[in-house]
Amino acid sequence: MSRRSSDRKGLGPVVWISIGWLVLLGGAALLVDVLPFFDPSDTRAGIPLSVPTSQNWLGTDQLGRDLLSRTVHGARVSMAVGIAAVILSSIVGGAVGLLSGYFRRALEGVSLFTADVLMAFPTMLLAASIVAFTDSRGLATVVLAIALIYFGPTIRIVRALTLTISTREYVVAARSLGARHGRVLWREVMPNVIPTLMSMMIVAMAGAVIAEGGLAYLNLSVAPPTATWGSMIAAGKPKIEQSLYPVLVPGAALFLTVLALTLIGDAIQKRHGRDLGAV
Amino acid sequence: MRHWTTRLVRLVAVLLAVTAASFSMISLLPGDLATSVLGANSTAEDRQQVREELHLDDPIPVRYVRWIGDAVQGDLGISYRTKQPVAEALGERMGLTIQLVLMAQLFALLLAVPMAVAGALKQGSILDRALSAVQLAMMATPGYLVAIALMIVFAVKLGWFDTTGFVRFTDSPWGSLRSLLLPAIALGLEPVAMYARVLRTDLVSTFDQDFMWLARAKGNSTRRIVLRHALRPSSLGVVTLTGISLGRMIGGTVLVESIFALPGLGRFTIESIANRDFQALQGAVVVLTVAFVGVNFIVDILLGVIDPRTRAVERAA
Repeated sequence: MSRRSSDRKGLGPVVWISIGWLVLLGGAALLVDVLPFFDPSDTRAGIPLSVPTSQNWLGTDQLGRDLLSRTVHGARVSMAVGIAAVILSSIVGGAVGLLSGYFRRALEGVSLFTADVLMAFPTMLLAASIVAFTDSRGLATVVLAIALIYFGPTIRIVRALTLTISTREYVVAARSLGARHGRVLWREVMPNVIPTLMSMMIVAMAGAVIAEGGLAYLNLSVAPPTATWGSMIAAGKPKIEQSLYPVLVPGAALFLTVLALTLIGDAIQKRHGRDLGAV
Repeated sequence: MRHWTTRLVRLVAVLLAVTAASFSMISLLPGDLATSVLGANSTAEDRQQVREELHLDDPIPVRYVRWIGDAVQGDLGISYRTKQPVAEALGERMGLTIQLVLMAQLFALLLAVPMAVAGALKQGSILDRALSAVQLAMMATPGYLVAIALMIVFAVKLGWFDTTGFVRFTDSPWGSLRSLLLPAIALGLEPVAMYARVLRTDLVSTFDQDFMWLARAKGNSTRRIVLRHALRPSSLGVVTLTGISLGRMIGGTVLVESIFALPGLGRFTIESIANRDFQALQGAVVVLTVAFVGVNFIVDILLGVIDPRTRAVERAA
């Protein structure tokens, strides 16, 4: 639990490039309607399966739709799902973990058992089943399905962290000075849980983006005609011998985004001097 | 011994909760199951007959108890769509998935262990840093992208492998390994980074212990020290991880088997979802989950075999 405060140096170029990529992609995704991109469903954007040209910078797909525009639109889904799913699981899982680590008793037993049950489902299977079961292909369902993957691990990690923090002198001191539980949790315990939870969230976000891509590949993410990276890859795969771009472009966007998140998460974890391993 | 009994009780409780959860999810589905069995053109009488045959009008807890009673006897019901017993269908596909996952785990460990040893022996060197950079890149590459990339390069462009198709191990062991090689690499590449990072960290702390200094002082070669003294006590983290990562791998088979069009459990699951064949889906979810939970239980026992110290100590969280 020792926190090394020695390496307080800068973030390094790699992390800045990663942040730059995420900002660029996020900015483009937010402003896509204002920027002069093609309509993502416009089949007359270019010749089908064209290579990059001055008109279609990253080529076109099998229906002649502009790949750059579709990839940027796909970034909207990936980033929205990544951010929303992780925030949802962190708030709910974090609260459950915090309360059960602090108050223990029956609550701890119930929440650990719930975490065990959730974590007993193989990850993709859990998410795929949720989308299939609810029979809804909206953004909210996909977010919920992916948030459920991280719910169990978040409960466990936050609870374990809270357990150790709750026995620290300053927490005991606050309690013996007559502070209420709510105040102790809010002012003493939570500020010490949040840094770890944040670095966990970055890593989980990378996983959530991967999971969304996988669901979309299986046609279990947000329904067409909305462009998603996974569905673009799936659509481009049968035509792979004629043109690589329909698979390559969204694939590269996915890879770079996950890599950027992984590198940022790694840098943050190194600063905190702890490796959370598999989340 | 008490320790194991508690764990076993907990295991059974988790399995019951998991099956109950998925069973009620499936049963609470919007839409009439009888209609999804017979199709929209069926008559009301036919649908009523199916409802009675499948006891669809009973309350969910009653149906669950009946289902679990049959399930423990190996009867997982009959697929609505193919009319084949679900247990039989799963049995036909299980071999492929087990072989695929074993090959993937083996591939991951074969790659991760040398990486970890090299990194730990030359801590902080250029090699160590290069390896950890490669590992980060591996972490960031989803298995399905690797699968598609491998397929493009080795199957489509170079033509060294078939793009699809599975050869049973009993028909031709060599051909069977070959037919699953690309999918296994795609599936195995994802956990490599995790294994290598954890094993490297554990090796570094093992190297610092007194018995390691003794082994070195006795004049053992580095090779012997690593193989005979360091790996075993350092392997606990990785062994635990192989169990945990199995959940992600089983999830990964869903995608990899779809990409390579392999008739395994993963693809069966996704097809059941697509066909709304919920009896089959329930069976598949249960088999995959039981396998995952069961393997992790075995891993726990293995940990005690590898390092007797863990037998006495209740490991936290």
